[in-house]
Amino acid sequence: MTYHDDELLPISALQHYLFCPRQCALIHLEQVWAENQLTMEGLLLHERADSPTHETRPQHDGVRIRVERALPIRSLELGLIGKADIVEFHHPRDSSDSPRIIPVEYKRGKPKANDCDRVQLCAQALCLEEMCSTGVTEGALFYGTRRRRTEVVFDDDLRRRTMQTIDALRTMIEGRVTPPAVRTKACEKCSLIDLCLPDATGGDRSVARFMSRQLNAHLQDETTDE
Amino acid sequence: MKRHLNTLFVTTEGSYLAKDGAAVQVRFEKKTLLRVPLHNLDSVVCFGRVGFSSQLAAACAEAGVSISLMSPHGRFRAAVVGFSPGNVLLRRQQYRAADDPELTARIARNCISGKIANSRSVLLRAARDAKDEDRSSRLKLAAKQLAPILRRVAKADDADTVRGYEGESASKYFASFGDLTSVDGFQMKGRSRRPPLDPINALLSFLYAMLAHDARSACEACGLDAAVGFLHRDRPGRPGCALDLMEEFRPVLADRLAFSLINRKQVSCKGFEVTSSGAVRMDDKTRKTVLTAYQTRKQDTIEHPFLGEKTTMGLLVHLQARLLARHLRGDLDEYPAFIWK
Repeated sequence: MTYHDDELLPISALQHYLFCPRQCALIHLEQVWAENQLTMEGLLLHERADSPTHETRPQHDGVRIRVERALPIRSLELGLIGKADIVEFHHPRDSSDSPRIIPVEYKRGKPKANDCDRVQLCAQALCLEEMCSTGVTEGALFYGTRRRRTEVVFDDDLRRRTMQTIDALRTMIEGRVTPPAVRTKACEKCSLIDLCLPDATGGDRSVARFMSRQLNAHLQDETTDE
Repeated sequence: MKRHLNTLFVTTEGSYLAKDGAAVQVRFEKKTLLRVPLHNLDSVVCFGRVGFSSQLAAACAEAGVSISLMSPHGRFRAAVVGFSPGNVLLRRQQYRAADDPELTARIARNCISGKIANSRSVLLRAARDAKDEDRSSRLKLAAKQLAPILRRVAKADDADTVRGYEGESASKYFASFGDLTSVDGFQMKGRSRRPPLDPINALLSFLYAMLAHDARSACEACGLDAAVGFLHRDRPGRPGCALDLMEEFRPVLADRLAFSLINRKQVSCKGFEVTSSGAVRMDDKTRKTVLTAYQTRKQDTIEHPFLGEKTTMGLLVHLQARLLARHLRGDLDEYPAFIWK
């Protein structure tokens, strides 16, 4: 089955989903967004990589590298759409061979403990495979603080993990239900904490109990002579 | 928490607002009076004949700053807001809840519980501050009379019952307004709205209009449909949801402010004009005093009882809109009204 243009989900949502399904639902189902320092830094970092340009640079062994920036990508098979920061097309000297394709993603900060960046990159690779009808076997992440590339190999494990995330994301988006808040350490870093209200809405906090406590406290000086 | 941002009130008729870089420039008779950076603003509120450029309207919309056009007396006419896709799922749930008698009753009940509790707090505070023993005991008695209504509202399970109790409590509450002030010339002859027939009513109507404006913006900012209320039934042209949200704030933000302006002699009877029809109007100077006091009051900090966080009075209505949205989306079992201590 293939998806229609209208049903495509943004690749960036995969990363949101892996960070926190509720954050993902708030952004993609409820359409709320708030900037914080971390998101602003990400934005600035991307500004440089985000202007759609391309260049070709020759290399010593005769391989010609074409670098595309802000490349629109999608997959109708997976129902994904997005933009790749940088995609390198390595054309070998013998131009009859298809080019080697390497997506490169810019990230602020340092490599994360979970594999959300790798999943996002792998999803880009899957889109490129479909669009260019060729295999994409490796890519790279470029972290702001490290300032050098981290290679990523799109092996079966990563592909499986990526497919699972895509499925879980689609199930949540199509179900249209925002999952309940779960307070974790990650909440401190989340720009949506004030919209999500994990302390107020998470757990088994009851407004009915809160209201009756408040009203009782308010009325405590009054005798019950009705 | 969301930052408390300022509202730019433009009360001088004939002034013109233009875009100046990333700022609003206020011009009057070809002179620049003021320049306010957009990032400091939450909204721009224009009273009467105030013009603005399309460039400014676009820049404001993009920066999330709304421009509201009010009549000279503070009646809302129109607003320029940017395109916000809003939240279709939230809105649908809001409509469903508004059509569901049980959910509607629960929201209306909590709004009015908040309102009556806050009205009582206003009366009890005034009773403590009153120097006159008789006045003080009359205010205490009025607060006492509201207690049984509050207990009944908290148990009401249908919206019409809630509306009935709200009417009953409002007439008891307004009847005691005469005791809230001791300044000559500010005698209230019951609540009159359209038009206000005495200075206190003129003052209250104006503050309620400002509060309704803030509540409307809060609904819009949270993706709620300001027109679809629970306590307030649909009526074309009426911002039902905004009016629901402002109920619990009327006593705290408007009534109390009106009486402290009078009692502290920041406004005087001379600042009110009685027209030949009997309608009472505020003069420009008084209106400016009231707006300044309202803005200052909104900067006071307070701990939000449900969220347990420090916030400003001005942000309270935004937080309440957010909590209502979270209730409608199923994250909270009920709407937690703001109860002032």
